[in-house]
Amino acid sequence: MWQRLRGSTAYFLIGALALFVIVQVFLTVEIQGTPIINNYWRGLIFWGAAITIVSLGLNLIYGFNGQFSLGQYGFYAIGAYTSADITYRYVRGDNSALIVVIGGSILTLLLMWGVSAFLKRFYGVNTITVFVFNVLAAVLGFGLAAGILVPIANPMLSAIFGALPTGVAQSVVFLFALVGGAVLSGIISFLFGIPVLELGSDYFGIATLGFTIIIKVLLDNTDTILPFPEMKGARGMVGIPQWTTWPWVFFSLFLVVLVMRNLLHSSTGRTIVAVREDERAAELVGIDIARSKILAFVIGSVFAGLAGGIRAHDLAFLHPQSFNFIQSFNPMIIVVFGGLGSITGTVFAGFAWIILLEGVLRLYLPGGFETWRFVVYPLVLILMMLLRPEGLLGQYEIPFLRQRLPGMLIRNETQTDELAVEEVVI
Amino acid sequence: MTKGRPEDLGPEVEQRPVVLTISGLTHFFESLRAVYDFSVTIKQGELVGLIGPNGAGKTTVFNLITGVYHATEGGIQYNGAHLVGLPSYEIIQMGIARTFQNIRLFSNLTVLDNVRIAYHPHAGYGLVDSTLRLRRFYDKEEDMTERAQEFLAIFGLAERQDDIAGSLPYGLQRRLEIARALATQPRLLLLDEPAAGMNPQEIDQLMDLIHFIRDRFDLTILLVEHRMRLVMNICEWITVMDFGEIIARGTPDVVRNDPSVIEAYLGRQAIIQ
Repeated sequence: MWQRLRGSTAYFLIGALALFVIVQVFLTVEIQGTPIINNYWRGLIFWGAAITIVSLGLNLIYGFNGQFSLGQYGFYAIGAYTSADITYRYVRGDNSALIVVIGGSILTLLLMWGVSAFLKRFYGVNTITVFVFNVLAAVLGFGLAAGILVPIANPMLSAIFGALPTGVAQSVVFLFALVGGAVLSGIISFLFGIPVLELGSDYFGIATLGFTIIIKVLLDNTDTILPFPEMKGARGMVGIPQWTTWPWVFFSLFLVVLVMRNLLHSSTGRTIVAVREDERAAELVGIDIARSKILAFVIGSVFAGLAGGIRAHDLAFLHPQSFNFIQSFNPMIIVVFGGLGSITGTVFAGFAWIILLEGVLRLYLPGGFETWRFVVYPLVLILMMLLRPEGLLGQYEIPFLRQRLPGMLIRNETQTDELAVEEVVI
Repeated sequence: MTKGRPEDLGPEVEQRPVVLTISGLTHFFESLRAVYDFSVTIKQGELVGLIGPNGAGKTTVFNLITGVYHATEGGIQYNGAHLVGLPSYEIIQMGIARTFQNIRLFSNLTVLDNVRIAYHPHAGYGLVDSTLRLRRFYDKEEDMTERAQEFLAIFGLAERQDDIAGSLPYGLQRRLEIARALATQPRLLLLDEPAAGMNPQEIDQLMDLIHFIRDRFDLTILLVEHRMRLVMNICEWITVMDFGEIIARGTPDVVRNDPSVIEAYLGRQAIIQ
């Protein structure tokens, strides 16, 4: 494997490591009792990372796959509330949320796999059938986890976590909380995507907007309609442990960038882009476009769910209002700003969005300016569309994230072969 | 006419296996009858033309074969397998490829990627391999790239592999589209007006190309075309459609002199004169 380590990969890894170490040092070294990066800036960096991950997910869905989606904040909210609930209950000595989410997800994925194997044996299965079977799988999976797994595993887990040192147990729970939120987002996006991705891109956008609104309304009523009194509905969920630290943030972002790059620069990734380029043509070179769209949508939503978990455990407070549909335009603006179809651009724009607009403007401009922010954003966007519609960085990528062009293949045999053809071909 | 092919093609051709059978194909758009009782039987290695005036339903037939539309009535069989109701990508993976009347390349992607995308069903590695960058990813990806490059070399596009497909001149885009279709490894190729927008000299070269790919890739070809010169020169036999129905069938010479064909193309007046 090591002989494949290219220069650009090495630079990227060194750069990432340097960034990690520098920020970590700045977070720990204290001058006159406060770290160099104080809590305010720390919050902005973590927030920037979370919004960047959400936007990367959206870039996969919209920028690379061409499906206009406003549902990112819905999945962000699902991830945030799910992981927050897991750790909230764990801190209070109850592992049931952890068991339901993780166990239920595993069961559901197994059942869904069974469903797809089962349905493959039939000819001409329509979308609604697939949808209903998968919903049944999810209901059964999570129902089994809640009904059977919880009573059995809850005391066992408590014993195991009790035996581990507090720090380790906490890290394990946090890891599972993040994974759980992300996977649950993925499962819900899969169920939602089956019927809705069949719609054309614009209709899909409207449907995902509806999804965000539904999630927001559900979150407003978590203590009345849904059986989660600890989420406290529209009053906002408090008492979430503040566990997000820089390593968690950094490695989540690193992982997301890496997964996205590896996915896109593969055959599957090319089919995702092909669907954006020309859906009909992609289908008629033998690509299962429904699968390709679902894949991009689910992976994008998993990213959003992961970001939600990170944000929830940094802020330690969740409110449904921060996930309303107006907010769901934020990642859209970031993606368009950074450049559709550019990972580098999204990372850049995501951090710039938070650090410049939420941080610098608030700190250094005269008081009262923050009320003008929502005049400035749209103006900047309009100027952007007029002057540089392809986004700040267009399709630019740093070398590591760029698709490597294979060398030309010039062989003697094919050359002679080609010469013979050259005269006859158009 | 009933068995979907002319009768005087000679014993050698008749012995070959049947590739495509379409029988009684009928398709309605709402209440508009686009195709009515269309039948055709094509044997291995044949080069068959499908002609007719504008709006005769030729492209609809192609769309029905490739699963873009699902036929209201009638059957399509490819090597004995029924196609009606299957999704397009499965039909393509069974070995049917097509091109489009107006070129539909992935125009923001490179020439090489256009061909590599068509190789996807044969990629030989999955999501896990590519996400974790396992050895299998590198091996198969290299393998696939090499095959695609060899393929481009055959079509004289090797030096253009890194160019953006949309930036190629028109003739090369056509050629790339045919190359991409062939990269799906078909046995039956459907060409939808390949000569559209070409000058006479380019048409000559296109005819050579079509003959070349048929021999090289051992293909059966069904071709929709407007340009009589191309059709009359290269097709072994021709089916003529008008208003969704078959009005004539036969070798180019037979079709050329068929009064109903002349009427469909030139109007009744032409015959009377």
